[in-house]
Amino acid sequence: MKHLIGAAAAAALLIAGTAASAQDEVVEDIHFLIPGGPGGGWDGTARGTGEALTKAGIVGNASFENMSGGGGGKAIAHLIETDDAGVLMVNSTPIVIRSLQGVFPQSFRDLTPVAGIIGDYAALVVHTDSDIDDLGELMAADNVAIGGGSVAGGMDHLVAALVVKATGGDPVGVKYIPYDAGGKAMAGLLSGEIGALSTGLSEAIELARQGEVRILCLTSEERVDATPDTPTCNEAGAEGATFVNWRGFFGAPGLSDEQAAQYQEALAAMYETDAWVAVRDRNGWVEIFNSGDDFTAFLEGQEKEIGDLMRELGFL
Amino acid sequence: MLDGILIGLTTALSLQNLAFVMIGCLVGTFIGMLPGLGPMSAIALMIPIASTLDPAAGIILMAAVYYGAIFGGSTSSILINAPGVASTVATSFDGYPMAKSGKAGKALAIAAYSSFSGGVIAAIFLLLAAPYLASVSLAFQSTDYFALMVLGLVAVAAFAGSGGLVKALLMTVVGLMLSTVGTDQTQGVPRFTLGMLDLIDGISFLLLVMATFALSEALLAIMRTKGGDTDASRKQERDATRELGSMAVSKEEVREMVPVIGRSSVLGFIIGVLPGAGATIASFLAYGTEQRLAGAKKGKLFGKGSVRGLSAPETANNAAATGSFVPLLTLGIPGSGTTAIMLGALIGYGIQPGPRLYLDAPDVFWSVIVSMWIGNIVLLILNLPLIPYIARVLAIPSRFLLPLILFFSLIGVYFVSFNTFDIQLMVIFAVAAVTLRILDFPMAPMILGFILGGMMEENLRRALLINDNSWSFLWERPLTLSILVIAALVLIVPIVLPMLRKKKTEMQGD
Repeated sequence: MKHLIGAAAAAALLIAGTAASAQDEVVEDIHFLIPGGPGGGWDGTARGTGEALTKAGIVGNASFENMSGGGGGKAIAHLIETDDAGVLMVNSTPIVIRSLQGVFPQSFRDLTPVAGIIGDYAALVVHTDSDIDDLGELMAADNVAIGGGSVAGGMDHLVAALVVKATGGDPVGVKYIPYDAGGKAMAGLLSGEIGALSTGLSEAIELARQGEVRILCLTSEERVDATPDTPTCNEAGAEGATFVNWRGFFGAPGLSDEQAAQYQEALAAMYETDAWVAVRDRNGWVEIFNSGDDFTAFLEGQEKEIGDLMRELGFL
Repeated sequence: MLDGILIGLTTALSLQNLAFVMIGCLVGTFIGMLPGLGPMSAIALMIPIASTLDPAAGIILMAAVYYGAIFGGSTSSILINAPGVASTVATSFDGYPMAKSGKAGKALAIAAYSSFSGGVIAAIFLLLAAPYLASVSLAFQSTDYFALMVLGLVAVAAFAGSGGLVKALLMTVVGLMLSTVGTDQTQGVPRFTLGMLDLIDGISFLLLVMATFALSEALLAIMRTKGGDTDASRKQERDATRELGSMAVSKEEVREMVPVIGRSSVLGFIIGVLPGAGATIASFLAYGTEQRLAGAKKGKLFGKGSVRGLSAPETANNAAATGSFVPLLTLGIPGSGTTAIMLGALIGYGIQPGPRLYLDAPDVFWSVIVSMWIGNIVLLILNLPLIPYIARVLAIPSRFLLPLILFFSLIGVYFVSFNTFDIQLMVIFAVAAVTLRILDFPMAPMILGFILGGMMEENLRRALLINDNSWSFLWERPLTLSILVIAALVLIVPIVLPMLRKKKTEMQGD
C-alpha cells in the first residue's frame, strides 16, 4: 500500500515549481533512475526527493527515468553498463534480498552506495482480543499463524523469523502466511484468520492507537517516540533483533569519492528544508539518514544477517 | 446522523466545491478514457492539487475524479473494446457488440445510467449502514474468498463468448495457466519465466487485455477490410454511423434495466465491502447472475449486445467501488489500489480512517459520503450531453481509427512499465489472439481465468497453509461450503434442467 501512496509524490512533480530559496546549490543536475513503473514506492521516493531538492534550491535540475523489469535488475544492469556519474538510482531493502535470491546477478557491491534516506521499522502485531500479551507469550503459543504482506522468504517473513531466532526459537518452525498486500494481511489479522502479523510500523500504528491491534514489539534499536510504551524486540526478549526497511540511493560503479560526497552533502542539507518536511509529511516517511561508509557497512551487515537467515530457512 | 448529512450537504454545495466537482468529473472522464490509466492513476494525479485545498474540497475533487475515471474507463471498453482496468472487462462483453452494431450512443447512455444508479444506491447503503458493516468486511476468510472466485469463474466462463462450451472452457484453462507465470506468491520462487528477467513479475493484466482485446480486434478489422477506399465503402461507413450518437433508450429497455440495476447494486455493494474481493469480481458475478435470470431467450442475447448484460456489470462495479469505502472508513483497511490512494490522501489531511472516525470526526465521515452523491449526479449531468460527441469517435473512418487504436494500446502499456519487452510480448499475444479468434476461440474466458486464477490460487494456498495442508475447510466452514454449493448448482443446473424437461416431454408423449 505504501507504494500506492507514493504515487502522490510522483504526481506532485507535475505542479512542482522551482521556487528560489536561500540554500546554495550543491549539485547542478541529478538524473534519477527508478527501477519500477510510475506510482510505486521507489518512484515516490525518487520524485519526492527530487522535488524537495529542487524546490529548496540544493539541486538545480532533477530529471527522472522509469525502467522496470526483472524485479529491479534491469535498471541495475543499465547503471553498471552506462557508468554515468550524473545518475542516482533509488532502491530499498529488496536489493539485498533479491540479489541473495539470485533474482539478478549483481548486488549493491557492484554500485556505489550513496545514502539511505528514509525507513520504517518492522512490528509484530496481534489483535486486541488476542490472548497473547507480549512477545514471550507469542513464542510460547503453539502453532500460531503469522501473516505478512510479502511472499514466503520475503521481507515480512524474514523479520518474523529473525525475531523468533533471536528469542532462541526455531525460525524454520515459523508458520508464515503470505498475503499480496499489507492491507489484506491486516484484514486477515482482524478477521481472526491469522494469529499474528509481521508488518511495518507505519501500517500498524494508527490501528494500534485506535485500540484494534496490539504491537508486541518493534525492530528498532531504541523505543520510538510515536509509540513510547511499545518495547523494542530486543527488550521483549529477542536479543539483538533489529531491522530497518530502508530506502536510499546508489551511484554508478565508477562514481568518484568527491562526486559521492557532493550527493551526500546535498541529501544531508535537504533534511533541514521546508520543502522536504512537506514531502516527508505528505508521505508519512520516517527519516533514517545513513550515508557513505556507514551506509555500506549497514548494507553489508543486513546482507549477512538476511543471508544467514535465508540459508537457515532453506531459501538459498 | 441527520446533522452529519446536513453538514456534508452544505459543504458540498458551495459554489467553489461545485466547481471542483465539475473540473474533477471532466478531468477524470478524460484520464479514464486513456487505456492504461484508471481511477487509481487519476486520483494519484489529483493528490498534489487536492492537498493544497481544504479537506472537504479536496475529498470532493477526488471523488469526482474517481467517478469520472470509472465512467471514462467504460467508454474505452464500449467504443474500442479496450478495457483499461479489470473491473470494466465485463462491460466490454455486451457494450462493444452494441456499439459495433451502430448503437454506441445508446450503449454509453445505458452505461452512464447504470453507473449512476449503482453508485447512488450503494451510497445510500453506505450512509445507512456503514458503521454496522465493519463486521461484514471481516466475515470472509481466505477459504471463503477461494469459494467466491470459483463461483465467479463458473458463473461466467462457461458462456462468455460465441465459440461453444468446450472452446470457452479451453480458453479459461489457458487464462489460468497464464496467471501462474511469474513469482509464486506463496513460495517466492519463479515459475514458467523461461529464465527471463522480464517475466519475473508475471504478465500484466493491462498488457494481456490490450493485446487480446484491443489489438487483436483492430488487426482483425484490418484483415477484414475489402476493396479499399472507394466511394461506395465510404458511403457504407457513413450509413453505418448515422445513428451512432442517438441515446434513445426505449421504454421496454428501461423496464428491463430497472430490476437488473436493483439486483446488481445490492450484489455489487456486498462484494465491494469485502476487502479481498472488489469491483472486478462484483462485475463478473453480476453479469453471470443476470445471464441466468434472464431466461433462455433473453439470456442468449448476452455477449451480442444485451441491454441487461451491459447494465449489470456497470451497476455492480460502481456499487462495489462505493462498498469498498466501508472497510476503508470503518477499519482503516484499503481493499483496493484506489482506496489505498484515498487512504493516503486522507492521512495527508490528518484524517485517520478507522473504527473511531465515525465518532471522532463525523463531519469528515459524512462529507466523504455526500461527496459521492454529488460526484455521481454531476457526472451524469455533465456527461450525458457529451455522449453523442464521444460516440462519434466510431464515425472516424477506419483507416484513421484503426492505426489510432493500435498506437494508443501500445503506448498505454508502454507508459505503465517503460519496458520495451512488454511491447514485444504484446505483439506475440496479439498475433496468437488473432489466430485463435479466426478459429472461433473466445478471448473473454481467457481473461477471466487470468484475473481470477491468481486470486483463486493465492487464497486456496493460504487457506491450506493456515489449515496445515488439510482440505477439510472446504466442507467445515459453512460459508465456504454454501458458496461452493451455489457454484456447483450454477454449473450443473443448466445441464441437467434441459435433460429433465426432455424426459418429461417424452413421458407425456407416451
